[in-house]
Amino acid sequence: MTDSKYFTTTKKGEIFELKAELNSDKKEKKKEAVKKVIASMTVGKDVSALFPDVVNCMQTDNLELKKLVYLYLMNYAKSQPDMAIMAVNTFVKDCEDPNPLIRALAVRTMGCIRVDKITEYLCEPLRKCLKDEDPYVRKTAAVCVAKLHDINAQLVEDQGFLDTLKDLISDSNPMVVANAVAALSEIAESHPNSNLLDLNPQTINKLLTALNECTEWGQIFILDCLANYTPRDDRESQSICERVTPRLSHANSAVVLSAVKVLMKFMEMLPKDLDYYGTLLKKLAPPLVTLLSAEPELQYVALRNINLIVQRRPEILKHEMKVFFVKYNDPIYVKLEKLDIMIRLASQANIAQVLAELKEYATEVDVDFVRKAVRAIGRCAIKVEQSAERCVSTLLDLIQTKVNYVVQEAIVVIKDIFRKYPNKYESVIATLCENLDSLDEPEARAAMIWIVGEYAERIDNADELLESFLEGFHDESTQVQLQLLTAIVKLFLKKPTETQELVQQVLSLATQDSDNPDLRDRGYIYWRLLSTDPVAAKEVVLAEKPLISEETDLIEPTLLEELICHIGTLASVYHKPPSAFVEGSRGVQHKRLPGSAGSGESVESPDTGSAAGVSEAPPAVIPSQGDLLEDLLNLDLTPPTTTGPPPPASSGMQMGAMDLLGGGLDSLMGDESEPPPIPLRTDTPQSPQLPHQSPSPPDYSPTEVGPGDHAGLVKLGGDLGGGPAMGTGFGAPPAAMPASFNVPVSGGLDDLFDLGGGVGMPMGVFNPPKTVWLPAMKAKGLEISGTFVRRAGVIQMEMTLTNKAMSVMTDFAIQFNRNSFGLAPAGPLQVLTPLSPNQSIEAALPLSTVGPVMKMEPLNNLQVAVKNNIDVFYFSCQYPISMLFAEDGKMERQVFLATWKDIPNDNESQFQIKDCHLNSDAASNKLQGSNIFTIAKRTVEGQDMLYQSMKLTNGIWVLAELRVQAGNPNYTISLKCRAPEVSQCVFQNYEMVLKN
Amino acid sequence: MIGGLFIYNHKGEVLISRVYRDDIGYVSMEQSFGWKMRNAVDAFRVNVIHARQQVRSPVTNIARTSFFHVKRSNIWLAAVTKQNVNAAMVFEFLYKMCDVMTAYFGKISEENIKNNFVLIYELLDEILDFGYPQNSETGALKTFITQQGIKGQTKEEQSQITSQVTGQIGWRREGIKYRRNELFLDVLESVNLLMSPQGQVLSAHVSGRVVMKSYLSGMPECKFGMNDKIVIDKQGKGAASDDAGKSGKQSIAIDDCTFHQCVRLSKFDSERSISFIPPDGEYELMRYRTTKDIILPFRVIPLVREVGRTKLEVKVVIKSNFKPSLLAQKIEVRIPTPLNTSGVQVICMKGKAKYKASENAIVWKIKRMAGMKESQISAEIELLPTNDKKKWARPPISMNFEVPFAPSGLKVRYLKVFESKLNYSDHDVIKWVRYIGRSGIYETRC
Repeated sequence: MTDSKYFTTTKKGEIFELKAELNSDKKEKKKEAVKKVIASMTVGKDVSALFPDVVNCMQTDNLELKKLVYLYLMNYAKSQPDMAIMAVNTFVKDCEDPNPLIRALAVRTMGCIRVDKITEYLCEPLRKCLKDEDPYVRKTAAVCVAKLHDINAQLVEDQGFLDTLKDLISDSNPMVVANAVAALSEIAESHPNSNLLDLNPQTINKLLTALNECTEWGQIFILDCLANYTPRDDRESQSICERVTPRLSHANSAVVLSAVKVLMKFMEMLPKDLDYYGTLLKKLAPPLVTLLSAEPELQYVALRNINLIVQRRPEILKHEMKVFFVKYNDPIYVKLEKLDIMIRLASQANIAQVLAELKEYATEVDVDFVRKAVRAIGRCAIKVEQSAERCVSTLLDLIQTKVNYVVQEAIVVIKDIFRKYPNKYESVIATLCENLDSLDEPEARAAMIWIVGEYAERIDNADELLESFLEGFHDESTQVQLQLLTAIVKLFLKKPTETQELVQQVLSLATQDSDNPDLRDRGYIYWRLLSTDPVAAKEVVLAEKPLISEETDLIEPTLLEELICHIGTLASVYHKPPSAFVEGSRGVQHKRLPGSAGSGESVESPDTGSAAGVSEAPPAVIPSQGDLLEDLLNLDLTPPTTTGPPPPASSGMQMGAMDLLGGGLDSLMGDESEPPPIPLRTDTPQSPQLPHQSPSPPDYSPTEVGPGDHAGLVKLGGDLGGGPAMGTGFGAPPAAMPASFNVPVSGGLDDLFDLGGGVGMPMGVFNPPKTVWLPAMKAKGLEISGTFVRRAGVIQMEMTLTNKAMSVMTDFAIQFNRNSFGLAPAGPLQVLTPLSPNQSIEAALPLSTVGPVMKMEPLNNLQVAVKNNIDVFYFSCQYPISMLFAEDGKMERQVFLATWKDIPNDNESQFQIKDCHLNSDAASNKLQGSNIFTIAKRTVEGQDMLYQSMKLTNGIWVLAELRVQAGNPNYTISLKCRAPEVSQCVFQNYEMVLKN
Repeated sequence: MIGGLFIYNHKGEVLISRVYRDDIGYVSMEQSFGWKMRNAVDAFRVNVIHARQQVRSPVTNIARTSFFHVKRSNIWLAAVTKQNVNAAMVFEFLYKMCDVMTAYFGKISEENIKNNFVLIYELLDEILDFGYPQNSETGALKTFITQQGIKGQTKEEQSQITSQVTGQIGWRREGIKYRRNELFLDVLESVNLLMSPQGQVLSAHVSGRVVMKSYLSGMPECKFGMNDKIVIDKQGKGAASDDAGKSGKQSIAIDDCTFHQCVRLSKFDSERSISFIPPDGEYELMRYRTTKDIILPFRVIPLVREVGRTKLEVKVVIKSNFKPSLLAQKIEVRIPTPLNTSGVQVICMKGKAKYKASENAIVWKIKRMAGMKESQISAEIELLPTNDKKKWARPPISMNFEVPFAPSGLKVRYLKVFESKLNYSDHDVIKWVRYIGRSGIYETRC
């Protein structure tokens, strides 16, 4: 008997004929007819009209026929809900059938019929089946609860099915346990906060027992569920790991990967100096290598996961480079992934082998693969310095092949090599220039132009080369145009005499003939720079570029941690969090690795050994315990109770920025109201380098950040408050620049240009208002209120001294007790005139940070002694820790990534900042005023994550991740620092800055 | 979990479609189930089967729906989901699905699928519930999914089925009886080598499988032993020292091994003993990998000389390196030739050699060769003069063969069978062991 004949019926009166056959008395004929119906259904014909007739066939003791009818029902019940009710009776009856196979079949099918009316009838049979004596029925019923929950979650909760399901975790049959775990896990996913999967050591033990006995699929369900558990301590963690490791020898790759997931996660909690930790690391490598002998699709999944594992724990596979060598017959997707991992594992030890392989690959057929191989050679050069020379010569060999795409790819990577090793390999430029004509891809053209511009002084005919590109300027892609503009400006700055014409040509092409705002903006900026201050232009355009990092394409640490928790799943294949590709509430929860316990790494602390050594502290300054306590109670952060003169909260910097902003906005608005589309202004600045009167750039606010010039170096700030140079560049006469502006923005444009996209300029330093430090009644009539400010890298203590006594006060002096960061007066307290009764005087005391160190509690506490002609008074105050944030606290991105990874997890602390109504950009601006620098920003699902760094005056770096959810006034901040003690203070500072 | 499973023919026509979850269709005006399903079906056809390019990934994401596919001859199997499923599990399941279908009706072809579509639906209903894979061991499935229906079963039989499907030993049914208890063990190895022209081993590894065919009655408890270094060393400690030295010499270091799900892994982890109740019939007991002390059955010694610009002289010697009493078979040596070859003259001592222009290689075949022998081929290759600057890359010389021993040195020490309930003992079981070593990628650079 063959069933294929059913696929071929295409007659016209088919439905009618089928109807007759379905109602036939003969069982065989009936069955044949149902088969035909199913076949039609499969190929996509609508056979829903036969619903009543098919349902009529349901009552049969022939299991095969029954299954077919059920299949039909599952497909069409939803479109015919009223008729589907007809089937309910049979289902209920089948759930009582003596044959467990039929009971299970009925309950399984009923769960698949997504009709509300039917679900009501489903509850009773389901309840019975969950307690059925036969395990086969119970395991089917367990899954059915998940089905029902998908249709009507409330119903499942109301009926108490969840509790029954939880009970099944203790079932005697391993498969029932596995299905119950699967169902519960799925339900728990849609209730992120419910404690549905109440994992405790007892349940974990049950799961581990079932793990040894159930099917391969059940083992996967259980392992995936285990991965969500967080053990209480390292001991529990180890004992679970011990019971999971045997799974690494399972033939099913999914079991192996899920076991790897559990181990990778729980390993975080094990102390690194534990013997078992090392054993475990060793045990992980062989199964991962074995996965590479599976079928290609699984190899692909495994490789994507290994890519993550290698980033998180490079030590596991560092000796296994060879197994990632590409085989001739590997499918392309396996080849590409292997290549990625090879680069990650490349080190000085194996670089020779890797290079030999890569060179082979560069001669293969698949274009993508060849390109990637060429790119990989470049990455090796950057990663392993010793190999750079060989890599360059390999690349030159490849350029000699003249294969178009190989040449182009090679030039792109050689550009990066130049960046990494400046002044080393420039001898190859000549070879590169020979291939100028064959470049047809924008990236390669842009790279070549960058090289020519960067080394213009060594290339005799640089001007000719660039000029040749200029001919087709308007046909080039933006990337190339921008690069060409920059390169010609560089050339001009290096060889001003011969290239004036060229630079004018490109500037006018960029500013007048282009519709691209990025290009125009950059053109105008160069123009203004060149015309106002060529020296500054030189400093900006020819500035030394930061080195590029060794590792590329690293996944961000937080995302990596999350993906490690998703090993084996789609998320680990896509390298994206589940929320990026799963709709609805499922999978939105972000998983994180647990923090490790008692890691053996030494922790730096701010009170270094020197603290103990310094004993000659001024004895007078130590206040009595009682005084201190009282003072603490009166302490800071509350609004000032006395009104002194207006606090100098807004520094010059802030004022300047505001002025500029105001001015810029005004003129912008003015411009908009004017009729011509690009209004011209007449006050063209004198341009000594450009003798011709050029049409002046209009007052124009750069709105968007242009794509980075030299590999992301020159990026523009987001708004007009961009800084002094831009201020001058856009019409404001240089003299109008606030004088104080020069200092805070040290290195002016460099800093400005370094800002990442979307991050605006700082809005100014926040300085806390003055508070009363020493009330008059405790100091015989002397009241001191004060605050700390940091200006231009100098910390000042600003005080208002008020005489509330009856006599004149003179002879003021001040001393500090030893404190956590070595703050000390940099000079004497300057109160020159005697202070008469009811008079106030302002005093500013510059502070240094080189004083004696002693750890204080709280960390930012400062004990002060003030002397005058009457007595010595003691008080203590707390300074905002931001006073100690250095101006050079901006970490390089790659350094940040590496440092973040490097700092052990238990040094991380997390805080909530409540009721803050700033968006992330505003927050970032505000924080930057306090020398908290935003390094990168990432937006995931409406949540902005700001990565920030700051450096304390004593050289301690603090790294922060600030999460800002649009519409949610509560921020989450994670701080990582080698000296975790400072975290609390830093957090308080964040809160203070953000809320003011 | 898996939202749906589709089988297509090479044209992209749907042969089987089974939807487990509603979410996999796209949002459509028409809420009818069938319609939604078809959208997912079509998306895969358009984007993968009919895609112009070569397939770039076995996982495709189309409009937030993920498609996993595997291909068997010209049949596509695709699993569809909208959730963050365990990707490794989905592929393992698709392979398993293929195994099950093959066990039921042989080769996976369009014709076979159409002929058995009712059976396939029945299987899909059983082995995948709401997208969760369930017991998919053919041995168990065959007890209750037959095309004959299951009429006339007694109550005991039914509960026996269910307890087997859900039980700890899902891969074997009870009550199997053979008049002759017999088992066959095949140790199948593929040996991989990359050697430098100077004869230095650049990389070598063996990947092996132990395949068992068991025809045993009842529920036999088996224990498998091989010359695993860890086990031998452990035993050696207890035994006399000279004995340990002797056996230690013959033992092999296994880098990693994986087992069929019937093997008790926790026991292997703690005692390194391999104990199990085998499935009935043929299955793969274990896979392993070794890299140390591999016996390389052949050595290839190449000698290439360029005589002027238009001539190459090639001499290749192969030496067999195993016991003289053993015979290697199906030996084939493939010597690549440059692209601009115009003619080749070959002389070989043994076998037949031919220049195959279409493959750019000289193929030298020898039917049989005993151990510790050597043979030689010399060839003169005439080249067309070209102005191509690029030098010939000299691809490696590759080799194929089959030898009747295990190149890793693995030896089966015992396979003990215990069946306490039935009256046969380990001695009554007839056991056969066979070793086959084949070449994997066996290359020598020249």
